[in-house]
Amino acid sequence: MSKRVEVEITVPNQTKYLGVIGRIGESMAYSLKSYNGNRRELAYHLNLVLTEALANAICHANNCDPDKDVKVSISASDQDLIIQVFDQGKGFDIEALAKLKAQAGDEGGRGIQIIFKLMDRVRYIQNDDRNVLEMTKYLN
Amino acid sequence: MQLNMTEQDDIVKISVEEERMDAHNSGDLKERMLQLFDEGKCSLIIDLSMVRFIDSSGLGALVSGFKNASAREGSLKLCCLQPQVRSMFELTRLHRVFEIFTNMDEALESF
Repeated sequence: MSKRVEVEITVPNQTKYLGVIGRIGESMAYSLKSYNGNRRELAYHLNLVLTEALANAICHANNCDPDKDVKVSISASDQDLIIQVFDQGKGFDIEALAKLKAQAGDEGGRGIQIIFKLMDRVRYIQNDDRNVLEMTKYLN
Repeated sequence: MQLNMTEQDDIVKISVEEERMDAHNSGDLKERMLQLFDEGKCSLIIDLSMVRFIDSSGLGALVSGFKNASAREGSLKLCCLQPQVRSMFELTRLHRVFEIFTNMDEALESF
């Protein structure tokens, strides 16, 4: 079994960093040597869930406050890939958000639902200092 | 967001000249479309051939344009989607909402 690889990065609370973090997720997908599935699709999905989770942390949890930041951790083993996005906001009820189904004409409300569709386990843990949105993908 | 707009027979063709449509830049497209609606231009085709990545904010901007065009008895149609962008419309079932065409000529002929 290979050793778990972990990347940690902290970015200012600005949406211009979405692309940078998304591309790191794509690169991680291409670096998973033991993954047997559709690598291109996994890369796109990791880019997407990172973008959605980071945008949620920046715009909603951190309320676009320029004095805050967002920490992102991506770690992978042969078995799974875990993404954690840490915000400094008041937290939210992710289960309630997941139950809200966006209607065809709704402009928003699809981000968290996309994350639930693409990842195998999603949980949001509220702490005193930082909350964490943790998303796990089982690889094989 | 870099947008290239041209008009043909009262139809505005908007080419999104970005690799990504996300929460950072999608508001620009939404605002530009609202300006067009205010000018009475309500028949739009969005060319997404250069867009490799779209998130829920990008989809939301297109839904906004679609709703506003429809409310003014116009229409917003899409063309030239890359496969992974198309897969996002299918994932969110928005492919049932939008008219999506393979190329610009087909989209123009549909008006």
